[in-house]
Amino acid sequence: MSKFKVNLKINNIPVSVDEGTTILEAARKLNFNIPTLCHHDDLCVAGNCRVCVVEQKGARLLTASCATPVSEGMEILTNSMKVRQARKHIVELLLTEHNADCTKCFKNGHCELQEISNEYRIGDHVFIDLLQEKDRVQDISSPAIVKDDSKCIRCQRCVRTCAHLQAVSALAVTHKGNKMRISTFLDKPMNDVICTNCGQCINRCPTAALTERSYIDQVFDVIYDPSKFVVVQTAPATRVAIGEEFGLEPGTRVTGKMVAALRRLGFDKVLDTDFTADLTIIEEGNELLRRLKEALVDGKDVALPMMTSCSPGWIKFQEHLYPEFLDNLSTCKSPQQMFGPLAKTYYAEKVNKNPADMIVVSIMPCTAKKFEAERPEMRGSGYKDVDFVLTTRELGMMIKQAGIDFNKLENEGYDSILGDSTGAGVIFGATGGVMEAALRSAYEIVTGREVPFSNLNIKPVRGMEGVKEAAIKIKDVKPEWKFLEGVELKVAIAHGLANAKALMDRVKEGKADFHFIEVMACPSGCIGGGGQPIPTTMEIRKKRAAGIYDEDEHMALRKSHENPEVIELYEKFLHEPLGHRSHDLLHTHYYPRKRH
Amino acid sequence: MKNKIKKVDLIFEKVDHLSILKKAFERTSDEIILDVIDSGLRGRGGAGFPTGLKWKFAKNEESDQKYVICNADEGEPGTFKDREILTNVPEKVLAGMALCGKAIGATEGYIYLRAEYNFLLGMLNEKIREFNKQMKNMNFEFSVFIRSGSGAYVCGEETALMESMEGHRGEPRNKPPFPTQHGYLAKPTSINNVETLVFALMIANLGPTMFKELGTFDSRGSKVFSISGDTPKAGIYELELGMSLEDFVHEFGDGDTKAVQVGGASGFCVARKHFKDTVIGFEGIPTGGSMMLFNSTRSMYNILKDYLEFFEEESCGQCTPCRVGCQQLLKGVEAVKKGIKPATYLNELQKLSETMKIASKCGLGQSVGNPFNSIVNNFREEIIY
Repeated sequence: MSKFKVNLKINNIPVSVDEGTTILEAARKLNFNIPTLCHHDDLCVAGNCRVCVVEQKGARLLTASCATPVSEGMEILTNSMKVRQARKHIVELLLTEHNADCTKCFKNGHCELQEISNEYRIGDHVFIDLLQEKDRVQDISSPAIVKDDSKCIRCQRCVRTCAHLQAVSALAVTHKGNKMRISTFLDKPMNDVICTNCGQCINRCPTAALTERSYIDQVFDVIYDPSKFVVVQTAPATRVAIGEEFGLEPGTRVTGKMVAALRRLGFDKVLDTDFTADLTIIEEGNELLRRLKEALVDGKDVALPMMTSCSPGWIKFQEHLYPEFLDNLSTCKSPQQMFGPLAKTYYAEKVNKNPADMIVVSIMPCTAKKFEAERPEMRGSGYKDVDFVLTTRELGMMIKQAGIDFNKLENEGYDSILGDSTGAGVIFGATGGVMEAALRSAYEIVTGREVPFSNLNIKPVRGMEGVKEAAIKIKDVKPEWKFLEGVELKVAIAHGLANAKALMDRVKEGKADFHFIEVMACPSGCIGGGGQPIPTTMEIRKKRAAGIYDEDEHMALRKSHENPEVIELYEKFLHEPLGHRSHDLLHTHYYPRKRH
Repeated sequence: MKNKIKKVDLIFEKVDHLSILKKAFERTSDEIILDVIDSGLRGRGGAGFPTGLKWKFAKNEESDQKYVICNADEGEPGTFKDREILTNVPEKVLAGMALCGKAIGATEGYIYLRAEYNFLLGMLNEKIREFNKQMKNMNFEFSVFIRSGSGAYVCGEETALMESMEGHRGEPRNKPPFPTQHGYLAKPTSINNVETLVFALMIANLGPTMFKELGTFDSRGSKVFSISGDTPKAGIYELELGMSLEDFVHEFGDGDTKAVQVGGASGFCVARKHFKDTVIGFEGIPTGGSMMLFNSTRSMYNILKDYLEFFEEESCGQCTPCRVGCQQLLKGVEAVKKGIKPATYLNELQKLSETMKIASKCGLGQSVGNPFNSIVNNFREEIIY
C-alpha cells in the first residue's frame, strides 16, 4: 500500500515522511532527540507528560510531538527557547512530586526521569517540594510486584499496559487534580486485586513506581550459609536476554557465560529449567493424547480444548476471569514448579542431600513466577518446592555486585542431572514454543515419524501475530493410536493476555474448535516477560526470539522425548507419564478467584 | 467598541420553534450553514470558535453516523446562564440541536447536563419525549437523549465530555483529530454550547442580518451574561457584545467596584484603571458569560487563592503542567504571602504559568495563567502583603 508523503521542516531541515507519521518519529528520522516519558512503542498514544512538546511556527501553543501527526508545510522547532523553558519546567514539576532518592533507588541508573533530569541538570530547582511523608508508602503486599506511589509520575504507561496489552485493568487512574494517582480497585493492596503479576507494567514503568519484589539479599544469605545446598535453575528465555544487562545486543546467546557466572556466584549446582520443559512436554503431551482418547474413543465428557499451564500469569488470569474453564487447563505444573519437587526428591537422593537443607533458586524472565512459587499447593516435595525466584534483571544485579566481568567469562556447561535439555525445551521461551515442542513429540509418538516440517521448524506456530492458528493432519498412525487416524489436530497460540482474552471469548462463544491452545501471559512469550531486561519493544523481542530459535538449531537433540536425562528419570523414578509419582509431584489444580 | 449597554431579547423570547424548524427543513444544509457563517456567530461557551465553520467541518465528513452534542456542563465558576436557558426555553435548545442535526446530517443529539443540574432532568426528559414525537410527526429523523455528568469541571472540555459520555474517565483527548472528525464514539460530532444552539435557531428564524447588526466586527450579536458578586443587580442579562467594561460597571456596579473577573475563574481579572479601555468581546476579553464584580472590601489574594484551589482540585490530573503547575501556583502564592518565599518568587510563578498556558493538554491548564497573571499583575501588593 503506497502512502502519501508529507513534506515538513524540522529545525529548518526539510524531511519527507509517510502520512500519519508523528512529529516525534519524523524528528527521530533526522536524528533529533526529543525526550519522552509517557510514550512507549508498545502502547497507544497518551500525550500527557508533555516533555516532548515542540514549537510549531505560527502556532500559539506548543505541540506534543508524540501525539501529533505531521502535516504538509509544517515547520517544527524541537529546541526553541519556548520549548526549552517548557521542558525544563515540566521536568522540574515532575521532580517536585517525585521521591527523588535516586542513589537509594532500585532503578538507579535505569530510570527515564533520572535520565532527563541528568540532561537538564535541575540542581537548584526553585519550586516547592510537594511530596509528603504520608506519600512515602510502598505496597509490598504482593510477592511479585512492589508499587511505590511516591515514585510515580502519572504517565499511565502501566495503566495502558494493564488495560490494552493485558486486558486486566488491575491498575487504573483514580481521583483528579492534585489527588490523581494510579491505584487498584477500591485502593486494595496489589495482592488482593485481579493483578496477574505478569510484571508488564514494571517493564514499561519509566521510574521505580513499579518494580519486582527483590530477593537478592535472601539468595546471597543462603549462598553464604555453609549448611545450605543451593541449586539454581535457569528458564529458557533468560539465556538470550541477560546479556542486555551487560551491554550486549538483545538476543545474544550467552547460555555458557550465564552458567559460569552462576557458578562464580557460589551456587552449588547450576541446573536447567529447560530439562523440566522437556519433561513438561512428555507429561502434557500424554495428557493431551489421553484427553483426546477419552473424548474420541471413550465418549467421555472431557474438557477440550486443553490449554497450556506454563505461564503463571495466564493461570491467575483464568482463575479470575474464566473460572469455568479451569478444567481445560493442563494439570501439569509449570517447568519451574516441576523442577522444585524433583530437585528436593529425586535429585536430593541422587546427590545424597537432605531436602530440608536444600534451597532451590530460579532465574526467571518472569515476576508471576515469584507468586507461583508462593502458592500453597506448590509443596509436592513436602517442602517449599522453589524457595526463591529472581528475575533476569536481579541476576544481572547480583553478577555486578559480585564483581564478575560477565562479558569475559568462558562458556561453561550445566551440571548433571536435571541439567540436560533439548532444543524443544529452549523454545518454551518464545510464543508458540510450547506448541512446537509438543507437536514435535506428540506427532512422533503417534505416527512414529518426525513432524512434516523442514528441519523440525514448525513455522506456522512461530511469529509475533497476536493469535496464531494451525492444523496438522495426522495420518498413518501406529496401531495403538488408531483413533487419531485422519484427525486434523487444530491448535491455537496466543501471547499477551489481551490476545488470550480475545481467543477465550471465541472459545466461550463456541466459535472455536481447537484441540490444544497455548497461552503465554506476556507479549511475545517469556522472552518478553515481566522480569526481562528493560527496555522492551517489539524489535527487541524479535531479536530475543531469533536468539531462542538459533539456540534450538544448535542443540544436538531437539525433541523432548529424546532427552536422555528425562528418559532416565522415567526409568528410575517416575516410571510412566501421568503415573502416581507424576501426579504427586508434577501435577496441580486450580482455584476460582473473584473478579475483584 | 459600543458606547452603551444594550439589552437584547433573542434567547428568552418565546417563539414557535416548530415552525422555525419546518421552514429550515425545507432548505438545504448548505443554506443553513451559510446563514450561520454569515451571521458571524461564535461559540458562546467562551472559546468562540465560529459555529458555522464547525458545522461545515462536521457536515463535510463522510460517515454513517454523526452526532450533535449540546454542552450543558456549565461548570465555570460564576456562570449560570445555561441553567436559565434550559429552564425557560428548553424547546428552543432542542430545536437548535435538530437544526444542527439537519445541517451536519446527524440523527442523534445528546444533552450533556452537569450533575448539579439534575433537578432539571424530569422536566427536560418530559420536553425531550414531546420533542422527539414532534420530530417524528414532522418526518424528520432526529432524536434527543440526555446524559448526566458526575461533577467534574473538566468534563465541560469537549473531548473530556465525550470520554465521559462514552463511560470513560473524563480526560481530554489529544487534538487533532478534532471532534468534527473524530468525536463521540469516534464519529463526526458537532458539540455546541446551549446558548449557541439557541442563537443558531434564532438566526434561522430571523436571518443573519439582524444578528450581524448587533455587536462589533469580531463579536457579532448578543450574549447572555451571568452577573454576580458585589452588584445590586445580580442575575441573567442578554446584552449586545462589544460594550466597554466601564459602561458595564456603570450599569451593574455598586459604585465601589475595584475589579471585574471576566469569564469566570479561568478568565481575566480587570482592575478599575483598565475598565475604560477593556472591550467585552472577542477583540478584547471574551467571556462564556460570567462577570464577577468585586468591591474594595474584597481581598484579591483570597480570590486568587480560591481560584487556584479550584483548579488544583479540578485539573483532571493527566498532564504534568496542569496537575503539578496548579499545585505550585497555589503553594507558591501561599508561601509568598507567609514570607517563606521572596516576592520575586512571583516572577518564577508567572514564568511557570506561561509554560502551563502553552504546554498543557487542554483549555483548563492553558487558562489557569489568565486569572493568575491578571490578578498578580494588577494586585501584586495584595498578594505579597
